Amino acid sequence: MKRFLWPLLVFCGLVALLGAGLLKNPREVPSPLVGRPAPAFSLPTLADPARQLGPEQLRGQVWVLNVWASWCVACEAEHPVLVDMARRTDVTLVGLNYKDKREAALVWLGRHGNPYRASLLDADGRVGLDFGVYGVPETYVIDRDGVIRHKHTGAVTPEVVQGTLLPLIRQLEG
Amino acid sequence: MTFLRSCLLLVLCMGACTLAMAQERAVRAPITDPVLEARVLKVAEELRCLVCQNETVAASQAELAVDLRDQIRRQLAEGRSEADIQRFMVERYGDFVLYRPPLKAGTVLLWVGPFVLLLAGLLALWRQLGRQARRDDTPLSAAEWERARRLLGTPGDRP
Repeated sequence: MKRFLWPLLVFCGLVALLGAGLLKNPREVPSPLVGRPAPAFSLPTLADPARQLGPEQLRGQVWVLNVWASWCVACEAEHPVLVDMARRTDVTLVGLNYKDKREAALVWLGRHGNPYRASLLDADGRVGLDFGVYGVPETYVIDRDGVIRHKHTGAVTPEVVQGTLLPLIRQLEG
Repeated sequence: MTFLRSCLLLVLCMGACTLAMAQERAVRAPITDPVLEARVLKVAEELRCLVCQNETVAASQAELAVDLRDQIRRQLAEGRSEADIQRFMVERYGDFVLYRPPLKAGTVLLWVGPFVLLLAGLLALWRQLGRQARRDDTPLSAAEWERARRLLGTPGDRP
């Protein structure tokens, strides 16, 4: 009997291992930037291209950087969640308008609402590259010292806001 | 009729997409230096595209891969080494971007695992063969022959 038990046990172990692997989301690539200072940059704002903004000016407060674009379909799905978050909380939400055209971005915000304190124009995607952006939308939580504390890849859902983002922001502000 | 109309719409959309893509391609700087381009591809073949995760940055046509190839081209032209560029990518995308993951504590199993399994298999085979050889070696005693004959109910040959 023992002869047959061993292969069965090994087989079950293998099934459990492969099953656990299947349940993970392969799109979630752990970012090496979490726990490290946000890349330094200074970009013109969408509303006023003459005005520059970067992480340096946001030091001392916890803020959220949301990478979006008018051509991004998933951003449209996520946008109401951000609008709702901006209306109900006082979280500093900054947009990074990634590889987009200014006019198209303004029209898009006019149509869907603008939850951002400011949006920054990253027309050639250079800042996005420094943040390791690979799937828009992406959302980063940055603490008072300018260190990235969390990265969310893909559309933010109400569950993510309530379960992850807001508790983390409160804890960092605490 | 509505079906036909939606088909037509789909075809039109596809046409518009190809047109948009063609325009996108045309904007990019033309490739002028074949030596530089060969080096770009050599670096890009070692990098994983994060959008189409089973393709290299060299092979993928995803927007991100095109951007990363641009970045490699620019940095090589500026005189940076291939190792510098790999480090640049790992700093942003993590070890995941490397097709050849580095040997460290977290990846030991990945590198050594197959060889451990091979050794374990060889060991099991060796033991099994040894056991079989031992079993075949011992001849049947006279009493065992007697018992076998009784069980089979045939005269049988004696050795």
